[in-house]
Amino acid sequence: MPEPIEKVSIVISKGSLEGVYPGLIMANGARMEGIDAMLFFTFFGLDAITKKRMNSLKVATVGNPAMHMPSIIGMLPGMSAFATSMMKKEMEKLDIPPVDEFIEMIHDSGGGIYACKAAMEMFHLKREDLCDPVDGILTVGEFYEKSAGAQIIFT
Amino acid sequence: MPQREIAGTMIDFDDEGFMTDHTQWNEDIARALAREEGIEELTDRHMAVINFMRKEFEEKGAGPSIRRLTKESGVPTKELYQLFPKGPAKKAARIAGIKKPQGCV
Repeated sequence: MPEPIEKVSIVISKGSLEGVYPGLIMANGARMEGIDAMLFFTFFGLDAITKKRMNSLKVATVGNPAMHMPSIIGMLPGMSAFATSMMKKEMEKLDIPPVDEFIEMIHDSGGGIYACKAAMEMFHLKREDLCDPVDGILTVGEFYEKSAGAQIIFT
Repeated sequence: MPQREIAGTMIDFDDEGFMTDHTQWNEDIARALAREEGIEELTDRHMAVINFMRKEFEEKGAGPSIRRLTKESGVPTKELYQLFPKGPAKKAARIAGIKKPQGCV
């Protein structure tokens, strides 16, 4: 029998709604199964833990063939907001929480929430710009140390 | 494991150890199943979670998501993970005598 997974370390590097949620769902799902989980937010993924931005993430309607519409329509004003509100409604039906509540839920379940130091500097962000559940700001080296024994998943 | 005696009663289980008929459940069975899960004593707080899961299951045919469970049973996320360490959703469902949770959140 293969060894069960005991720890996951999930990197969230994108800042679109569809770029952020899969990582959150996987981290929360890991905790639900008793698997240790940590989340590492880097580059545009930092939007998901930045107080000002975390609850206004948008679905990308341009350059996304799976939207099943021509990009030129996705470019029209309001299309991204429309797609976002549709998707949020569907998620609410499935009991998937808004980003701030989801991060808090993962944190309360014992999952670690970390920000990437290099990306923080790049975007001129400070600790106080990030939401309260963030456990710390890590260098890449520290990220690997904390991920010891984990499966690393990059999203 | 189709049938097993728990707390003096023959109980039907599925292959993963979840009861297949929630009406066979009682609190003695819950206590016995909890011990199998490594929970020596079921407190009032455990029972608050279990009773809410059973109520949801009876009304909707499926256990609640963790989000609904913590919002509506009055047991917050942190406490839920302390009460049912190493996988609250499955553990609580098994002790509550309902089917394995189907949701992803």
